[in-house]
Amino acid sequence: MNEQVHKVNSEDRIFNIVLNCMAAILIAIVLYPLIFVISASFSDPSHVVNGDIWLLPKGFTWEAYAKVFHDAQIWNGFKNTLIYTVLGTFINLFLTTLIAYPLSRRDLPGRTIFTFIIAFTMFFSGGIIPTYLLVKNLGMYNLIWSMVIPNAIATYNVIVMRSFFQTSIPWELQEAALIDGCSNFKLFIKVILPLSKPILAVMVLFYAVGHWNEYFNGLIYLQNEKLYPLQLVLREILIQNQASDTDITASMAKQTLLAESMKYAIIVVSSIPVIILYPFVQKHFVKGVMIGSIKG
Amino acid sequence: MSLKPESTKRIKEKVLPATKPKKKLWKNIVRRYDLYLMLILPMAWYIIFLYGPMYGLQIAFKDFIPIKGYWGSPWVGFENFQRFFSSYYFWRLIRNTVTIKVFSILFGFPIPILLALLVNELKNNKYKKVLQNITYIPHFISVVVIVGMLNLFLDPNTGVVNVILHSFGIKSIPFMQEAGWFKPLFIGSNIWTNMGWQSIIYIAALSGVSPELYEAARVDGASKLQRIWHVSIPSIMPTVIILLILEVGHFMDIGFEKILLMQNQLNMSSSDVIATFTYRTGILDGEYSYTTAIGLFDAIINFILLIVINQIARKKTSTSLW
Repeated sequence: MNEQVHKVNSEDRIFNIVLNCMAAILIAIVLYPLIFVISASFSDPSHVVNGDIWLLPKGFTWEAYAKVFHDAQIWNGFKNTLIYTVLGTFINLFLTTLIAYPLSRRDLPGRTIFTFIIAFTMFFSGGIIPTYLLVKNLGMYNLIWSMVIPNAIATYNVIVMRSFFQTSIPWELQEAALIDGCSNFKLFIKVILPLSKPILAVMVLFYAVGHWNEYFNGLIYLQNEKLYPLQLVLREILIQNQASDTDITASMAKQTLLAESMKYAIIVVSSIPVIILYPFVQKHFVKGVMIGSIKG
Repeated sequence: MSLKPESTKRIKEKVLPATKPKKKLWKNIVRRYDLYLMLILPMAWYIIFLYGPMYGLQIAFKDFIPIKGYWGSPWVGFENFQRFFSSYYFWRLIRNTVTIKVFSILFGFPIPILLALLVNELKNNKYKKVLQNITYIPHFISVVVIVGMLNLFLDPNTGVVNVILHSFGIKSIPFMQEAGWFKPLFIGSNIWTNMGWQSIIYIAALSGVSPELYEAARVDGASKLQRIWHVSIPSIMPTVIILLILEVGHFMDIGFEKILLMQNQLNMSSSDVIATFTYRTGILDGEYSYTTAIGLFDAIINFILLIVINQIARKKTSTSLW
């Protein structure tokens, strides 16, 4: 279909202009806060506090970043979150694949029962308190495990993955392998997994972002500050306004100023790992969301 | 093998249906034992971590004392529920929960659809990609950071928003501390965070619409707006309905993790919702039975709404979850 062949009437032309303007406004609305945060993080703290910054940094300085990188609490949070993210995502991936594959097999007796058991949990759950009591009773309270086990599987992701296996890997191929005497395990490891890299990438993104941004489980299950994930440290600094370790050498006023622009730097630093991950899996994840929209 | 035994076997199957399929089913199960092995670990997780708490819901009807355990604690019937319904907080919590959700659906639900329609109409592919990729970014930012950004931007003294208001001669507004601003800020920032990501599904649905439909409408003299109204929107209607059902089915869950972060003593009257109350009273104050009852009340309302809206959708539009 060639666009140029058709005569575009003036009404449509106006319509196009309006659309392009709306798109530009939307881009500006989404980007402005992000650019502002980056600019403020590189600016002289006094300009930040006086509200001199509109778009570009003023009085360029790395001071705020230097302070963020010297903060022991932030480093500790970073380290913990990294552990929770890597370990948690590994557990997520392992269990989600293990359940999604059998459920994708149309020749599995009892498939509908299993699917019902897991899908039901999307609509009805025990709620916060019984879950909290369970985790406590299992002795996971105040341990790393409380950050990775209670959320080891997301049902939505199981359904996305199952749909991928059903729609993207030809059943005839699997059937042929089985007829040739291939065991289900061998089929899974030798045929299915190598063909599933796109969906595995999507799952890594979904789960890893979830772990990286998780704060609520930490809030209710962790008491030991040494185990705090980054988001809990951020919560203390950004929301409860508790600036971390105080540097006695700097004057009090300068200290308060720096704490302000440090908040911007900390936002940038904490969001960068996820944003870096994004381009690598970006081509896959849109597909992942789309597969998730397939009914069933 | 000759055909004869095969055909007699088939006849036998017809004559003795009671035993034969059972045997076959058993054979099918045994042949796929390794698939069941794979299922053991994840299913055990589901039973323990998702069905376990459902079993724990019984304490809503008990006076749960941790040392005595689930079994030892005495039954109290509906006492916990009655206490909640007659509590001072009850109407405030219900009002906040319901208004936040209703306004979220009213404003937040259509915007991703409009964004998808916009993306679909843009003819310049590069521009389209830029718009899409930029609107996805906020989805990856944590709630803590989003609320932190709100605090920074809306700070009465140093926040950029109030600095702008100042330059217009308007007195600064302590947005985060005023109850009246809580809901608009919560819903508005949610839209900012989620619109791009939520539009993906609609964009996918729109890309599946046959170009011939648009072509036919164009030949019939339909303007662009008419083509959107009569071709695009009807084509994504099933997707819209499914997502609306899911949204309503989670009516009482309203992203309370973010509300919890935005909450402070000053905006409590409009920010306190059932889930944040449950967190405070249950986890912080240890009133387990009482808050479990509140949670159960929440879950039951969700479930009823889900069934009702699914039924309505099935009758009116023939699209439904089941």
